[in-house]
Amino acid sequence: MSERAQRLLELADDELILGWRDSEWTGIAPTLEEDVAFSSIAQNEIGHARALYELAARDLGTTADALAFDRSPEEYRSAPLVELRRLDWARTIARHWLYETADELRLADLKSSDDAELAGLAAKMDREEVYHRMHAQLWADRLRGDERFEAAVDELWPYALGVLAPEQRPALAKRVRRDEVQAVERGEHSDELRELWNEMTMVRRSIPGATW
Amino acid sequence: MIFAVFRQERRGQPFVHAGSIDAPDLEFAEAWAREQYGRRQESEALWVVPREAVREVHDFPDELSKTYHRVDGYSLKAKLKEARERASTAAA
Repeated sequence: MSERAQRLLELADDELILGWRDSEWTGIAPTLEEDVAFSSIAQNEIGHARALYELAARDLGTTADALAFDRSPEEYRSAPLVELRRLDWARTIARHWLYETADELRLADLKSSDDAELAGLAAKMDREEVYHRMHAQLWADRLRGDERFEAAVDELWPYALGVLAPEQRPALAKRVRRDEVQAVERGEHSDELRELWNEMTMVRRSIPGATW
Repeated sequence: MIFAVFRQERRGQPFVHAGSIDAPDLEFAEAWAREQYGRRQESEALWVVPREAVREVHDFPDELSKTYHRVDGYSLKAKLKEARERASTAAA
């Protein structure tokens, strides 16, 4: 697999799995307004995943759906940060804020990439991500100093570093005013991802080859 | 805090009350209004206004039935008919 396809899959898998996790709040977010907003953000992330899978699919001679749903859990390249489950709201916001902050740095690099197609898509995604960051920042500012939120940021910090390539990590550490620590790297997947995969691919696996 | 949200569907059209948002402050109201009323490309722009900034005005007495204040205060039907007849007579 080309380096480009691998990179696209990392990005796409992050956005798909995070979108899925965020959508688990649909119906049970702290307020009705937040429920609508967070569900909408989840849909955006999945939309980004789709666009990225489509680019990767062209390189790999397959389809976006096949990449999203027909791989085994071990083949996903998502960062452990986005895979975690059963987060309470403070932990959800901590992840959301850390991810969006990391994603901003990652997208900035992609936007200036020599790969015009990837740079163009990154610019498009970033125009939506601006509002995700605004939303994450609002919540983070509100929860800062809260014991559960601070504990969650501490806990998730090594995971957040793992979203980025090693050379991008110092910028993230500076942005969130933390020291760089040993990152939780991509590669190994938890049982939580396998459970998610089971649920996410259930319908598609029920009738292989069907057109939806 | 309750915020009233007004929505403009297309550029140049009037803003129409779309609903309300219960938010702790204007920043959250804006973020939530954006996701609730703008994410399907259904709005060109939104106005997000604290509910108490909206002054409600009502009770408009018309004790003396001043129908000439109203569009329907003038019956044009008979006059129009008359004018049409006059016009057709003149043409003939």
